[in-house]
Amino acid sequence: MRTAPLGRFAVTATVFALITTGCATGSGNSDSSAVAKAFGSTSAAPSGQLRVMGFGADDEIGSTRLALAKKALPGVTVSLVEGDLDIQAFLSAVAAGDPPELVYANRDQIGTFASRGAVLPLDACISSQGIAVDQIAKPAIAQVTFNKQVYAVPEFNMVQIVMANSDLLGKAGVQLSQLSGQDWPAITSATKKLTASSGGKLSVIGYDSKLPEFLPLWAHSNGADLLSADGRKAQLNDPKVVEALTFANGVYQAQGGFAKVKAYRDAADFFGKENQYATGTLGAMPMEQWYVNVLNEMSPKAPLAFTPFVGKDGKPVAFASGSAWAIPAGSKNAAAACTFIKTMTAVDSWMAAAKARADARAKDKLLFTGLLTGNKTADEKIRSTFVKPSGVKAWDDAVKATYLANDNTFSLPANPADAEFKTAWQDAVNRVLNGQQQPKPALDAAQQQAQAALDKAWAAWDAKK
Amino acid sequence: MTSGLLATSKAVRHSERKSAVSAHDSRAAWLFISPWLIGFAIFTAWPLIYSGYLSLTDYDVINAPNFVGLDNYRQLAADPKIAQSLGNTLYYTVIQVPLHVLVALGLALLLQRAGRASGFFRTAFFLPKMTPPVAIGIMLLLLFNGQSGVINGVLGWFGFQGPSWTTDPNWVKPGLILMSLWTVGSSVIIVLAALREVPDHLHDAAKIDGANSWQRLVRITIPMIGGTLFFLLIVNTIASFQTFTEAYTAYFGSGNTTYSNDAALFYAIYLFQQGFEYLHMGYASAMAWVLFAIIMAVTVVQLVLSKKFVFYLGGHR
Repeated sequence: MRTAPLGRFAVTATVFALITTGCATGSGNSDSSAVAKAFGSTSAAPSGQLRVMGFGADDEIGSTRLALAKKALPGVTVSLVEGDLDIQAFLSAVAAGDPPELVYANRDQIGTFASRGAVLPLDACISSQGIAVDQIAKPAIAQVTFNKQVYAVPEFNMVQIVMANSDLLGKAGVQLSQLSGQDWPAITSATKKLTASSGGKLSVIGYDSKLPEFLPLWAHSNGADLLSADGRKAQLNDPKVVEALTFANGVYQAQGGFAKVKAYRDAADFFGKENQYATGTLGAMPMEQWYVNVLNEMSPKAPLAFTPFVGKDGKPVAFASGSAWAIPAGSKNAAAACTFIKTMTAVDSWMAAAKARADARAKDKLLFTGLLTGNKTADEKIRSTFVKPSGVKAWDDAVKATYLANDNTFSLPANPADAEFKTAWQDAVNRVLNGQQQPKPALDAAQQQAQAALDKAWAAWDAKK
Repeated sequence: MTSGLLATSKAVRHSERKSAVSAHDSRAAWLFISPWLIGFAIFTAWPLIYSGYLSLTDYDVINAPNFVGLDNYRQLAADPKIAQSLGNTLYYTVIQVPLHVLVALGLALLLQRAGRASGFFRTAFFLPKMTPPVAIGIMLLLLFNGQSGVINGVLGWFGFQGPSWTTDPNWVKPGLILMSLWTVGSSVIIVLAALREVPDHLHDAAKIDGANSWQRLVRITIPMIGGTLFFLLIVNTIASFQTFTEAYTAYFGSGNTTYSNDAALFYAIYLFQQGFEYLHMGYASAMAWVLFAIIMAVTVVQLVLSKKFVFYLGGHR
């Protein structure tokens, strides 16, 4: 077994501390006048360099918009630090006073960065560049709004729809509407009908409720959110959350337990031609919309059916997540970064990117299923301009369900202890799935853990103000 | 008298010359080792001392450390995950270390008898050690998959229904322990080298006295390679206390982005989470010092016991 690099941990901790105490120039709360000044020099043509951390232009959506952004900044040298954002590298760069000029992060990371003064509030950027935040989906904006200030500009939206194997449903006498999410007993009943075993092993997973990641979706569809709207109060042991976890875990119990389902799921060729739908080994599951493209590309002839995920109130609902652009504290080219953000998230840029994607899909004789940009205006224009009926009911239903889900999203608000909050509820769900605890005591413990983390983080933030 | 003075004078000159040479050698020696000393001071000693200071602070990586005294250590005592992760780590260490040494010894004994094929098998045993630890973590999930894994497949041939290695909390650590044997090859090579140093005449004498193979193994071979086995014991104990990558990959990292299993929450993993995921670098520093103290204490106990049980050829250690 390889071991933890404790030596390296000591070195890293020391380097962090030294650069923080010895040479930090950009950390802490940025006062509003300084921030406004950073974005104020819009009259002069931007110049210098723009290092972008966490963004890769490795598909046509990224590369098309990047080309436009570079065009909008003719005097600026844009360089990308590709790959997922390395939080340690980013924060140490901020602490050292030499951060990248722009950072691309998951939306749920923004609250943590903002609370530590690692990114700038973007109000001045938004107003000076005229970035149309009113076009952006409100749940996406909520994810990057910390203490009533917007710290990032969101882009992309991931939403969930129900994906099913129509052949299996037909054979089991199950209607797709039974699996939409509205009627929980119907899901459990359908799961039992769809599940098949052979020699003590699962041969068909009836229904995968996708725990732990979709607990927020099940809880919201039951009328509860895991976190209060102001991001200060954990609501993990709300009776409706407990009920949601009990149900979603019960779906696995109806199939012999989570261990069996997970083992079978892990062995599947998730991204390949032998995926669970193509091989007839999965009845249905809620899943993010991007998987429609995988299925369309890998197994276009698979017997598929799609429908929106519906809450207990009968309304479509989806848990939104995505990315966001933020400007680090101490960015040496904030004005250029702001122009870059504006161009990347502008409707025209999205349209150009969507055209490139639609053309590429057409060239490969594949279906263009749309693009969820996070910008509602862009989404509508893209849909009306580029998304055409395929003539195949399943794929057209998938597109309809995706856009319906996109219009009915919710999110968890920004908070200063997102990683700990997420770990608390996911660990609780996992303890239940592993058979170590019942839902109520697991979520009670998670509530205590999450609230303690939130209280501590908020107290640190409040003390700074 | 004169000859006595001459002798004294010669001796003084010789001593001065020797002293000058010695001082020159000494300076050269310091110069030669200075790159390492500077590296050690900057990259090991100073970070070590500084992490001691950080353990007394509240430090979030971005803002300056805020001195909080012993608060982090008090928090450690009250944190249930500390006890849980320490318990997991101890369980792993207590089983994995002896098993690792035993398997290394067993394979080395077999290799010793491999004759001309020894070279091939040495390479074969060592090759898995080259596997990146992240790949081992992913491989664990495939080999130990409860539904389609090779391990349960083999158990099935013998009529056993294998457990859910990767999800059942009772089987997660045994799975990790078995998987750790994937890299036993380097220890096998070390033990094999020690076995080849055992003088043949001891075995010959024992054979003449009527000792069988088992008796010769227990009374001659193992005592004669005791120093090597003790070395493996110390090194593997320290490594086991710090075990991280495979378990993290399989249960907390890329192998499972949302699913985790707290049966695999080892101390070093929790330390990493606190430092690099939750940005509690002060708390993580305190955790690192506690781990250092535990490893030091265990190593001291092992050293004391070694005086009684470990034989070093020539009496040197």
